[in-house]
Amino acid sequence: MNADHIVEIEDLHYARGTRPIFSGLNLNIRRGEVTAIMGPSGTGKTTLLRLITGQLVPDRGRIRVDGEWLAGLRRDGLYALRRKIGMLFQNGALLTDLSVYENVAFPLREHYELPERLIRHIVLTKLHAVGLRGAAEMLPTELSGGMARRVALARAMATDPRILIYDEPFVGLDPISMGVIVRLVRRMNDALGISSIVVSHDVQEINTVADSSYLISEGKVAASGSPDELSNAPSELVRQFMHGMADGPVPFHFPAPDYTSQLIGNGEGDDDA
Amino acid sequence: MRDLWEAFTGFLRTFGALQLFLLRLIVESPRVLMRPRLVTQQIFNAGALSLVLIMVCGFFVGAVIGLQGHSNLARFGSEDILGLFSALSLMKELGPVITALLFAGRAGTALASEIGLMRTTDQLSAMEMMAIDPVIRVATPRFLGGAISMPLLTAIFTSVGILGSWVVGVPLLGVDAGAFWSQMQAGVGTADVWEGILKSIVFGLAASLIAVWEGYNAIPTAEGVGRATTRTVVITAVVILVFDFMITAMAISLG
Repeated sequence: MNADHIVEIEDLHYARGTRPIFSGLNLNIRRGEVTAIMGPSGTGKTTLLRLITGQLVPDRGRIRVDGEWLAGLRRDGLYALRRKIGMLFQNGALLTDLSVYENVAFPLREHYELPERLIRHIVLTKLHAVGLRGAAEMLPTELSGGMARRVALARAMATDPRILIYDEPFVGLDPISMGVIVRLVRRMNDALGISSIVVSHDVQEINTVADSSYLISEGKVAASGSPDELSNAPSELVRQFMHGMADGPVPFHFPAPDYTSQLIGNGEGDDDA
Repeated sequence: MRDLWEAFTGFLRTFGALQLFLLRLIVESPRVLMRPRLVTQQIFNAGALSLVLIMVCGFFVGAVIGLQGHSNLARFGSEDILGLFSALSLMKELGPVITALLFAGRAGTALASEIGLMRTTDQLSAMEMMAIDPVIRVATPRFLGGAISMPLLTAIFTSVGILGSWVVGVPLLGVDAGAFWSQMQAGVGTADVWEGILKSIVFGLAASLIAVWEGYNAIPTAEGVGRATTRTVVITAVVILVFDFMITAMAISLG
């Protein structure tokens, strides 16, 4: 065990049906840093988050979060551990029947018996930190995508977690909202002294905010290091991903039968033949 | 043959999982009842919002019984027992069954699609990540709300139904008011009332369980939620009618 590491993953194997997602993944996330997990779409980045948070169970290998092996935990232990983790879902996952204010207050009300004045104080502080104190009375359906994500961030911070996990926080945002989220990721991490894990495939944005990055491909860590190290890595795959080239080790074409024979009509999968 | 076997084992697995789910709902119920606001809100959603529907339907079902009962009983010259006839058929059969079917259509579908959409939009996962058990926070209050509402709705349906039958029978078709009520009072026994109450409780539990289960296990897509909603109505209807037969048979053999 390394006290510097808040998350340790050893020899992780996980398959969905017969399709292997991870085969022997090793990965450590350092305390107090912003760590990026990158990879082409479909490499199982979100699956990895669900494994780290114990929503899925690995086929083989072990995961340790903040000094505790996930495999040994029952539901109570897992829930106790999750209280230390704040997670930001891709779409925010706000509770649609509650106002912004009540969404942020939700984990506080569920977990602690706090006087209303204190809840109000905490909620307004968190909303202020993401710049949405003025939207407290709005409903989630009235928010833009970027605002919803910021509310979700305020909610994730409400119980003062030690780890904040972001699932694709930059997807589908306009440049201004994107800049806001990028800055928030950094500021939350440093101001609160927590550790952050950001799953993303937005190379440019993530490079401005991450202390170190892992690039995952074909079930393993393909490369790791600081953003600079990754940008200048010799590997073809890393170069393709970091510089956004259409073809390379990750081929442009999804595996398919031979083009000519399929066009002529004697290929497999031709239903009319 | 293998497909048949797989369908059979699949059914058994689902049925087992459903029973475990019911067990968890029951185990968590006391804890949820400690926070009555969670449950009262669901009673409002499932019960109070179904009230108008239940009353309108109850009135017309009662009115039809009044008509049918009168025209058929008149052939034997026994239209005086119209009150008894309406009360028994509403209390023991039509009240519980039709209320349950209406409940499945109005409240059951709302429950299933609401929970299914919460699943689709990651709200349930988000709760789990906040270390809040969605079975406790989402499923159990809705299950309890439905299960508590059903007997109350059934009682209202039956009462309004009897009123509907009276409106048709007494002022419109001229059945003697005294005979209408006194025959009812003399003929309806405690066992009849209990049979109706038992049915409404069982149907309420079944309808709420199916709705919550279907929503909770909906495939997280638009189509999945749609299918969960449809299945809620279909399965509830079948289960209610089967249970109705079983409880009736039991009541008759015991009585």
